[in-house]
Amino acid sequence: MIWETVRLALLALRRNKLRSALTMLGIVIGVAAVIAMVTVGQGSSRSVTASVESLGTNVLSLRPGTRGFGPSGSQPARPFNLRDAEALADLSVIARVSPSLSSGQTVVAGGENLSTSITGATSGYLEVGGWTVLRGRGFNSAEDRSGAAVCIIGDSIRQSLFRTTDPVGQRIRVGAITCEVIGLLQAKGAGTFGQDQDDVILMPIRTVQRRLVGSDDVNSISLALLPDVSATRGAREIEALMLDRRRITAGEENDFNIMDRAQIAQVLTGINSVLTGMLSSVAAVSLLVGGIGIMNIMLVSVTERTREIGIRLAIGAESRQVLTQFLVEAVVLSLVGGIIGVIVGLALAFGASIFMAIPFAPQVYVVILAFGFSALIGVIFGYFPARKAARLDPIDALRHE
Amino acid sequence: MIAPPLIELADVSRIYGMGETEVRALDHADLTIRRGEFVAIMGPSGSGKSTAMNMIGLLDRPSSGRYLFNGVEVQDLDRDSRALLRRHFLGFVFQGFNLLPRTSALENVELPLIYKGVARAERIARARAALHKVGLDGREDHDSSQLSGGQQQRVAIARALVGEPMVILADEPTGNLDSHRSHEIMKLLQELNRTDGITIVMVTHEDEIAAYAGRLVNFADGKITRDEPVPERPPERSAERTLQGTGA
Repeated sequence: MIWETVRLALLALRRNKLRSALTMLGIVIGVAAVIAMVTVGQGSSRSVTASVESLGTNVLSLRPGTRGFGPSGSQPARPFNLRDAEALADLSVIARVSPSLSSGQTVVAGGENLSTSITGATSGYLEVGGWTVLRGRGFNSAEDRSGAAVCIIGDSIRQSLFRTTDPVGQRIRVGAITCEVIGLLQAKGAGTFGQDQDDVILMPIRTVQRRLVGSDDVNSISLALLPDVSATRGAREIEALMLDRRRITAGEENDFNIMDRAQIAQVLTGINSVLTGMLSSVAAVSLLVGGIGIMNIMLVSVTERTREIGIRLAIGAESRQVLTQFLVEAVVLSLVGGIIGVIVGLALAFGASIFMAIPFAPQVYVVILAFGFSALIGVIFGYFPARKAARLDPIDALRHE
Repeated sequence: MIAPPLIELADVSRIYGMGETEVRALDHADLTIRRGEFVAIMGPSGSGKSTAMNMIGLLDRPSSGRYLFNGVEVQDLDRDSRALLRRHFLGFVFQGFNLLPRTSALENVELPLIYKGVARAERIARARAALHKVGLDGREDHDSSQLSGGQQQRVAIARALVGEPMVILADEPTGNLDSHRSHEIMKLLQELNRTDGITIVMVTHEDEIAAYAGRLVNFADGKITRDEPVPERPPERSAERTLQGTGA
């Protein structure tokens, strides 16, 4: 009997295709919004987490200038030099030190040329930054010291300059010098702030200092702490040493800052999940509105089909059967709406994940939840109209115009 | 041999409202209908004939008195039990046909069988047979908007008889039809009564239509004022002419 009732409900819905479709639309939009929000939110959380991991764990970075994201002080801060890096390396809390110096240059290889930033680094850079050499090799200590004309490139640079050819062993022109590509880095993808981390060319820092920039400057030092050292303690010791080396006395403002980028990334993840939660709640409200839409249409439907209900009752339908029919109609509407909503939501999230360059992270539990919730909405908001239908008096219902 | 009583209303009253505004739609009415009878109920509006029909059709309950259906007291049955009795023993034909809109003739006729729990294949076979009986072969897939009034009423009759009821209750079955169609429908009902032995109770306000019945019951003010056999059927041609002459 239940299957017959489902069939009756489907027949009734088919008789009113346009209305059924419009009623479903509310649920479709609600479910699609929830699914898309949660999926995109999860994707971007994952992307933040991945970029935190790609930074390497327990890494602090030291930069000249005052702290914060805002504009630094009016005076350009004093840069560091390699002796600072050597002094920091002697601290007991430090595992590896990676001084670096960036310089914007034009790079030419074959027929292609592009402008990018060259990073002068030492062999420690790869380890501290969490990089893996995909092909070729990293810098050796001789190259660190000598300032050899060698470079390691990121995956985006390889794509721009070499396309499909193996870059290792090729030569590229960087500014005024020609250098040999000795390594290719494993791709990392977009960074925490959406920047392309693979748009990178590494050269020994001395090469950059002497042959590209012409100074002894170091403009950032990344420091990997020993595993059992907290970021706070590490930062305190580094600060003490640098205050001393830069002869900054008590009361004077620091002209350098120490950033714990992992911490910042964690804060970003937090903000991200709060945003996802908020947007999902808004989407959930639209699901509720969709449910009320179903109730509204079902009520109209009951009124409009009063005569039909009268016929069914006269023919011998029990109240329970009329109730079930209308309830099933509501549940079918919301379930079909839910299915379409899941598909639309996942499609939207997939599109967004490509557009935003974040991982596509469909969550099985959200799909099941949205689906179950839409069925529940069908039952809750379908019950009241269905009960109204089932309680009609057959005589009045048959007389209804 | 006298057939056993199928419908017995004994001292039945139906009162609407309370106290000052109380209306007695049926006032201590007694009516016995035997198996195989074709009864026409007539009377002015407000006479209680519709209330009597609803009572006989188990759509309404008497305020007092007894109703025996096939010898069983049914006046105190609840809503769903009455629905079950309607499902298994009664068929309804209405003035306004009351077919489900946007639904094929076949599906309309199948409907009572769905509620009876008949399997799909048998349902379709029986619905086709019923449509055949009312002369609608080849119209199974038409929906009501594609059928004339007479054809719609035939579908309704097929729907009433598909469940093999003991009684068909027809409430002004020809009220929305022209005289030619009216006589076709009446001949169909008469045939069902004579050849299939289905008891028919019909409300009408036209003498020419009532003339097809075997017995005439008149209501006035909630009471039965006249109850007598229909003496003889007038010749069909003159009946049609009279109806056309009155513009019915």
